[in-house]
Amino acid sequence: MNKLRLNKTWLYIPLIFMAIFYLLPMYVMLATSFKSFAEVDLKTMWNLPMGIHFDNFVEAFSKLSPSLWNSFAMVIPATLLSSALGSLNGFILAKWKFRGADIIFPFILFGMFIPYQSILIPLVQFMNAIGVTGLPGLALAHIIYGIPITTLTFRNYYASLPQELLEAAKIDGADMLGIYRYILLPISIPSFVVVLIWQFTSAWNDFLFAVVLTGNEQWPITVALNNMAGSQIVAWNVQMAGSLLAALPTLLVYIFLGRYFLRGLLAGSLKG
Amino acid sequence: MLRDKDKYLSILLISPSILAVLIFIYGFIAWSVRVSLSKWKGLNADYTWNGLKNYLNLFSDPRFAVDVRNTLIFTGVFVIGSILLGFLLAVMLDQGLKGEGFFRSLFLFPMAISYIVTGVVWRWLMNPATGSRTSGLNLLFSYLHLDFLQNAWHTTPYWGIAAIALAAIWQMSGYTMALYLAGLRSIPTELREAAQIDGATEFQIYRYIMLPLLSPVTLSALIILGHMSLKVFDLIVAIAGKQLPLDVPAIYMWQTTFDGLFYGRGAAIGILLLLSVAVLIIPYIRYTLKTETEQ
Repeated sequence: MNKLRLNKTWLYIPLIFMAIFYLLPMYVMLATSFKSFAEVDLKTMWNLPMGIHFDNFVEAFSKLSPSLWNSFAMVIPATLLSSALGSLNGFILAKWKFRGADIIFPFILFGMFIPYQSILIPLVQFMNAIGVTGLPGLALAHIIYGIPITTLTFRNYYASLPQELLEAAKIDGADMLGIYRYILLPISIPSFVVVLIWQFTSAWNDFLFAVVLTGNEQWPITVALNNMAGSQIVAWNVQMAGSLLAALPTLLVYIFLGRYFLRGLLAGSLKG
Repeated sequence: MLRDKDKYLSILLISPSILAVLIFIYGFIAWSVRVSLSKWKGLNADYTWNGLKNYLNLFSDPRFAVDVRNTLIFTGVFVIGSILLGFLLAVMLDQGLKGEGFFRSLFLFPMAISYIVTGVVWRWLMNPATGSRTSGLNLLFSYLHLDFLQNAWHTTPYWGIAAIALAAIWQMSGYTMALYLAGLRSIPTELREAAQIDGATEFQIYRYIMLPLLSPVTLSALIILGHMSLKVFDLIVAIAGKQLPLDVPAIYMWQTTFDGLFYGRGAAIGILLLLSVAVLIIPYIRYTLKTETEQ
């Protein structure tokens, strides 16, 4: 066995090579962000910064800070509400099946995969008609289009719990809400973390809904960053710092809660 | 055995979500279909019947032909690239090396970043400028004396979209790796050991035992990545803006509807996208739910 392991050390060569490939964009983003305005030059893109400077961040933050707050203001309620709905739906679909529950579930699931271009025109028309526009409209869209994936994740988790757990509580006289509140909710914390992270990441990173549902003043970070990068006026180094600011919240979540992030990813492929 | 009160309560509690899905997904799809069959052009809604005209026009529209071609190239490069790379990474990480967790996290972190951020960074990495203005990856290639690798990236005629697929592979191959790794871990070690005792080489074990057992994972990856490539949108917008040579249906729909106000045509593109995704996804959902009940 020892000999086998020794033979495998060569694998570090391709692994390190691949690690460099994944880190290259990160390196350029970080190195450029910390350079001073004086040393920024496309021809020396790969050089390390000569010190830690915050010129680029200050400039990027002054341009992007309103949209960063917009993103937080929209993402937090969207994440909390769609997760709560998902948990309730998942509980009912897994443990409190009414007639037709198994027919409804695939129809909910399909919503997870649709290209949103196929509902975009009605969505904009409808939101305008009911007068829910801007950030509240965007949050509402994320809540509703988040229902399929949150429901799926919770349903798979609750379905894996033994039915005896519920039967025992029923004999003790607990009703449906009591079982949910006192038995399932306390043990669903890990699933909540998975779903909250997933919803936070996808709502934070969304561009399509944001670009059609919000105007100038209410742009979330993705739209603001894309427009900054598309205009010829803002220098590339500031764009790099802006990208880092835009990526930071989800990156931090990934760094500290990566394990849950991975579970969310796998749930997204339907496998639970 | 549902008690009546609880039965009504459960239906009551789930009905807001069902209603929302019914309206915002199925109602809106029906509404889009109706728009796609109308003459609606301009700011004011116009539901005058237009038959299949919008669809037929798309089939003879040269821009839509570019979109279909680009989608095919993108799908091919992105799906094959992500699956191959993801599989190789998973096999390497499955060898019980030290630092496995570190590499796994590293290969997966691009998943946490938005396509917009990826696009903004990659547009500078794939800077096509030449001569003294060379930068980005082309500059790196010249440092490494690999000048033959220098190219015009997404500005390459005809194949430019493949460069975009490269950035997408960077973003999504970690996901494929995670799928395969989860698949490999679920294969009982006895199978591997038995093959080793029979004298199979490591390569033979992966080729003849693991790979066939992983075919459900490959199927999932094919479908998930395939449907993502049909929907690709933000990444292209962030790297290249709205350039005709890099156009795809999702961008065409967005631009023709919200910039051009051709609502009828935009809706038709949206519905065509939906149909192409449905062909992949509906059998997949049925298959997954069926295997689930069998277990």
